Parts: sequence; C-alpha cells; structure tokens
Amino acid sequence: MDLKLQKIIPQLITVLVVVLVFGFFTYNAQINMENRGIDFGYGFLSQESSFDVQFSLIEYDGSHSYFRAYLVGLLNTILVSVIGIIFATILGVIVGVARLSPNYLINQFAAFYVEFFRNIPLLLQIFFWYFAALRALPLPQDADAMLGVFFLTIKGLYVPAFIWENLNVFLNSLIAAIVAIVVIRIYARKVQETQGKQLPVFLISVGLIFILPLLSFLIGGVSLSFEIPKLKQLATTSFIYEGGVSLPPELIALTLSLALYTATFIAECVRAGIQGVGKGQKEAAASIGLNPNQVLKLVVMPQALRIIIPPTTNQYLNLTKNSSLAAAIAYPDLVLVFAGTALMQTGKAIEIVSITMLTYLTLSISISILMNWYNKKIAIKEK
Amino acid sequence: MSKINLFKPDRENLNTFLFAGSFLFFISVIDVFINSFFSFNITSFLPSSLSFIIPIVFGFIGLYFIRIEHSGYKFLDKVNKNINTNNFNAILSLLIIFIIIKVTPPILSWFIVDASFAGDSKDVCSGSGACWTYIKVWFRRFMYGMYPNAEQWRINLSFLALTLLGSVGYFATEKFKKYLTLYYVVIYPFIAFLFIFFFISGGPVFFDFSYGIIAAVISIIIGFFIPSKFKFYYFLFVPITLYIVLKYFIFYEELIELGKLDGLNWVETGAWGGLSLTFIISFFCLIFCFPIGMAFALGRRSDFPLIRYISIGFIEFWRGVPLITVLFMSAVMFPMFLPADFFIDKLVRCIIAISLFEAAYVAEVIRGGLQALPRGQYEAAKSLGMGYWRMHIFVILPQALKLVIPGIANTFLALVKDTPLIFVVGLLEIVGMLNLAKTNPKWLGFAMEGYVFAAIIFWIICYAMSKYSYNLEQKYKTER
Repeated sequence: MDLKLQKIIPQLITVLVVVLVFGFFTYNAQINMENRGIDFGYGFLSQESSFDVQFSLIEYDGSHSYFRAYLVGLLNTILVSVIGIIFATILGVIVGVARLSPNYLINQFAAFYVEFFRNIPLLLQIFFWYFAALRALPLPQDADAMLGVFFLTIKGLYVPAFIWENLNVFLNSLIAAIVAIVVIRIYARKVQETQGKQLPVFLISVGLIFILPLLSFLIGGVSLSFEIPKLKQLATTSFIYEGGVSLPPELIALTLSLALYTATFIAECVRAGIQGVGKGQKEAAASIGLNPNQVLKLVVMPQALRIIIPPTTNQYLNLTKNSSLAAAIAYPDLVLVFAGTALMQTGKAIEIVSITMLTYLTLSISISILMNWYNKKIAIKEK
Repeated sequence: MSKINLFKPDRENLNTFLFAGSFLFFISVIDVFINSFFSFNITSFLPSSLSFIIPIVFGFIGLYFIRIEHSGYKFLDKVNKNINTNNFNAILSLLIIFIIIKVTPPILSWFIVDASFAGDSKDVCSGSGACWTYIKVWFRRFMYGMYPNAEQWRINLSFLALTLLGSVGYFATEKFKKYLTLYYVVIYPFIAFLFIFFFISGGPVFFDFSYGIIAAVISIIIGFFIPSKFKFYYFLFVPITLYIVLKYFIFYEELIELGKLDGLNWVETGAWGGLSLTFIISFFCLIFCFPIGMAFALGRRSDFPLIRYISIGFIEFWRGVPLITVLFMSAVMFPMFLPADFFIDKLVRCIIAISLFEAAYVAEVIRGGLQALPRGQYEAAKSLGMGYWRMHIFVILPQALKLVIPGIANTFLALVKDTPLIFVVGLLEIVGMLNLAKTNPKWLGFAMEGYVFAAIIFWIICYAMSKYSYNLEQKYKTER
C-alpha cells in the first residue's frame, strides 16, 4: 500500500500542476477574448484574404481564401526547404569527404569552411546575402548573360522556362525506366544468390535511364523548347525580364545561406560516419578479396550510412525549421504569410499561431517517426 | 641526359627532375601572384584562353616531376605526402593555392588598404574599400543599443564585475572547491540578476519580488543550522511562510517609497540593445535552460508513466517548432493567456520563451548521456542503498554530464546564435541594431561593413566557446 502511494502521489501532483497551469491559461484567454470582443473559431479560414503575395507556386490573389494563403505559405516553405536540402547535401558530402582527404590543403580548406560558416548566426548570413551581397548585383539592363541564357540581376535570377510537349509521355518513360531498373536489380540479386554471377547492374541502369527518355523524344512525340527571358523596358529607367522563370532574390539569399550553413553540419555528420567505420572492417573486406569499389559499396557505406543518416535527417529538419527565418527578409513563407500578414489582418492570434506551430510540429514529428522506424530497421541486431 | 624518360620521374635523375619540376611550379605560382597583386600578365603575348590555363598546366607538370618517392629530401617527401599524392590531388592543391593568391589582394584592399578609418562622417568614405568609420561612429549603438550614452558605464561595470565574479572558480582553493557548484548554480545567477536589475535597469530596491528574495536569503542562512533530518520539511514550509509574513505584516508601502535608490535612472528594457543585450539574453537563457532541461531529461526516463508522457510531450513540442514561432507566441499569444492586469516585460517573455525552447534540446542531450551510462552504474548505486535523488546527484548525473559536454556546448552555441531572432518581438540586439543603422538616411550603403563586423564578433564568441568546450571535454575525460 505504501509503495503504491509512493508511486501515485508524484504523478498526481505533476498532473495537477499541469492541469492547473493549462486551466489558468484557458480561463484567462476566455476572459481576455470576451473583454476584447474576439471570438474563437477557425471560420476565418474560408473568408476572403484580400492581400497579395508576391511569390507563389499556385494561383493566388487577394480574392482567394485565407486557407489558400496558408497553402501558398506552406508550399513556399517546402520549396525553400527542398532546394536547400538538395544543395546542402551535395555540399555537405563533398566537404565532409574533403575533410578526410590526405591532402593537407584540401582538408584545411574544408575545415576552414566548416569553422567559418558554422560559427556565424544564420540570420546574420541571410541578411548578409540579401542586403549586402545580392544588392551589389547589376540592374536588369546592365546584366550580362551567363551561358547566354541566365540573367543574375538585383531583381533576381532569370532562367529559361522549359516548354514541354507531351510531357506525360516523357514522365511515363522515366517511370518505366525506374521500374525496369528496380526489376533488374532484384533479378541481379537473385542471380547472384543462386548462381554467384554478377551482372553489370550499374551500366544497365545508366543505359536505361538515358535510353528510355531518349526514345520518348524520338518516337513518343515529346519535344522540349526553351523560353529565354528577354529584357523589356517599362519606363525610361525601369527594366524587367519577360518570359522564362524568375527566382526572387529573397529565395536565392535564403536557399544560399540555408545551404551554406546546414552543409557545415552535414559535413561533420558525414565525416563522423566515415571515421566511425573501423579500419579493421576495410582491411577485413580487402583480405577476403573485394576490390576497393566493392569495399566502399558493400562494407564501408552501409556501416557509415547507419551513423550518418540519423543526424543528417535532424539537420534536414533543422533546415526546414530555420527556413522560417524567411520572415526577416520578406520571403513569403508560412510564417510571413500566415503568422505575419494573416494574423495582422484577422487578429486571431491563438488560432493562427497554433495552426502554424502545429504545421511545423506535424512535419517534424512525422519525420522523426519515420527516422525511428528506419533506425530500428538498420540497428545492429545484437544478441 | 639522353637517358631521361620525360614521362617518368625517378630517383636516378632526381636532381634534374627536382630542378625542372620546382622551376615550372614556381613559374606558375609567380605568374598568378604577379597577375593578382600587380595586375600584370606575363603571358599576355599568348591568346587569352591559353594565358589563362598556362599556370595550371605548368604547375601540374612541375608537381608531376617532383613526385618522387623516398627522394631522401625530407621537405620534398613531406610536400609529396601532403599535397601531391596523385594527379587529382595535385590539381586540387594547385587550384587552392591559386584561389588563395587570387582572393587575397581584393580582400586585403577592401579590409585595410583602401578602407577609411578616420573622420566621423560619411564623406571620408569615398574609396573603394570598407568604411570602418561607419562602425566607429555607430560603435556605441552596436554595443549598447539605445541605452543612454551617459549611463553606459553601468553596463560596463556590471559586466566587468560579473566576469570577475564568474572567474572565481579558477582561483578557488581546494577547501572551497566543493562549494563551487552551489556558487555557480544558485548564488552567481542570483548576484547576476541583482546586478542587472538594480544596476543596468535601475530598478527600485523594493519591488514585488523583494520579499521573495529576502525570504529566500534569510531562510537559506537559517537553513544551514537545521539538522538534515528536518531540512526537507523546513524548506517546504518556512520560505513561503516567511514570504507571506513579510509581505503582509512587515513592509508597508511607505517603506517601498523610502527604498527607491536615488541617482540611478530607470532605463526600460526597450532601450537595451546591441551586443550587451545579446550577452544578457544568452546568459539568462543559459542559466535557466540547463536545470529545466535536466528536469525533463530525468522526467523522460522516469518510472512514472504520467510524468514520462508529460516530459515527452514537452520535449517533442518544443523541438518540433521553429524558434521564430515560439517568439511570435510569446509576443502575440502569451499575453492573452495572462490576467488582464498582469504585465510581463517583453525581454522577460523572450527569455522565458528561449529558455523553454533550448531546454528541450538540452533535455535530449542529457538523455543521451543518461542512456549511454551502463546499467551497472545504476545497479551499483542502488545496491549501496541510495535513493533516486541521491543516486542521480552523486553517481549518475556527474558521469552523464561529463559525457555530454560537447552536446551541451553545441546547444549553448545554438542559443547564442539564435539570439538575433528576438527582432521578431522588436528587441534589437547587435544584428537588429545593424539593420536599424543601415536604414539611417545619413549612412546608407554600408550594409556590408556592418554585417562583416557583426560576423567577426559572433565568430570570435562562438569559436572561443567551442574551443573552451573542447578543453573542458579533455579536462574531464576519464578512462572508462
């Protein structure tokens, strides 16, 4: 009896405190909202938003609803995160490998990069790129074309737009190629397990992924043309580019700084992962007759990835959360569009802040559940 | 001479190859050097594309020639081993050397040679270099924000005093070493709070919390003489009773009026800013987030399911949202949750928000340390008859914290780097002040200088912290 009480009392006290605190907050919130004449509810989401967003992936203007504005913000956040993650991964892997290079100059260069970008606040880097570095770019009329088609100006980066014909045929061919590769891989594994023969899977895969889309161009009636941005004069001193795709400078500054900053952390993860594979593993693999490529592919990488992937996913999550700093340079992401403009207009502080937080929360919790599942799957099964 | 095989350097013709190789290498380096420092192109008689590529070709051939194993020259062997192991490495090394040579002159000229230091107006900054005059003129604002100029000695003095008090640990003799934890965890933060409240902010001596502070001090002093058997009950009841007695029977309003300190003006927190605000916020968040984080780490590993779930919920919630939304919440949502007449200062709200946010990260780091300890430690402590608290305070936590020093240092670094985000609630620390100064019509166009300046300051702070944590890690490393 005594033991049982000892177990229950602390829990009861904790729960009581939590309930009391929450009750206190709710009570106050109710009274405050009554006093100010605000009513609680999510009905505003379907109302007309009547504000404009300068950059959006889906069709949007002031006549759309608040919910659509929320989607615009969410998509912009996802866009910035995905681009940032891709660049950060590429850069991070290169720098991480470079830090282990036997070449003194290269590993010092990589170490310098990591130490430099890691120790400066991300917000400062974003400001630097946006307010200092990108402002030094030429005006649209003075910009020189890079490779003839890209225009990097103070108003953003203009790239040619793809104009596809029969795009779905091309996509289908791409999907077919991927399916074929998967099938061949499974078949090759079977062949190796049963007959001990190794098929040149890599060559076949590369061939397939090039040949099938190429065939779609030749036979399937797919054609691709580019729409190159052209300078257009609005007034005597005001120029813009027309046609093509324009990336606003906010997006460039944000992805650049996010990628440069996060890459330093990914580089450290990669380095730790590769260093974490014992020397004995490589030597053992070599001594049973695997060639260096096989050692890397079959022995080192699977073990290194086990160490690399969890912290790297964490960094991806951090990048996504850090993309909310977009609000500082007025890139219309979730925080700016929804928790900024929409909140200002509706005054629904509790609803909007909670929706914003819940969105990020869902994002990170779903990824961490996925990560836990992956961790369990690849964990070394110890006896 | 006829024996030399041009494509295969070997030891037989060591000197010839060494001479030819280093000659080519130096030619290439000198070419780039002259090109970049004196903007004069030696190979200008060649077509431009050829003249561009020639240093790389020469340097590559030169490095190829001197790649001779076991040459007998120590320096050569070292060079070969470090930057010249194969063709690929040689090219990369060359590129890095060239980039360094190429980049140095513009950076030097921008930073020092063409930069302007003198004067105190924008007119002196006409050159192509940096305008450090801008930093000089705005220096006080970047350091102290809108804090009145005449009162800034208060910040300086407080920081000096706190630094001195903070370094007590280095000078403590063996006898006092055991009190250091108590000092740093309880007494020092308290002194720091007093300094910041009375000195920097110029608050009144008697304010709402004064009773609490006095009650706490008195009860702690008396507490030393209470037998340990009753200590728990003593601290459970006496401070609160004392507080109530003091608040409702002893001090009257007249005393509060009487106690207002003359001479120090009240400077509201809205005027604080610059680097000093960065320090103040980081300092308090650091102090608060550590114990909160520790509590939740223990909670997450508790045997009580309800406490465990609450801790998990807390940690995952804060870790799942970006800090900027947390600050939004503290700015626009939190006041709604408080009674209408209850006002909490913006700065305090910020500190609470950041502390809770970072506490979740600290909790996860500490949990990692707790999990890494072998079960034998817990079992050994229990078999000695230790209870939960005794076991954790004397056996588990000291070892676990030692293990997670790097992780905690990283979290603290992240905290310092996150402080600029308080611009969301309208507080301007150094980055915020930079953005303010940048839009001043008298000083337009010096964004670059400001950001470089702030970057250097932050870099020094963060780099020093990471080096310090590395030292700590080495110091407390024990063989296991």
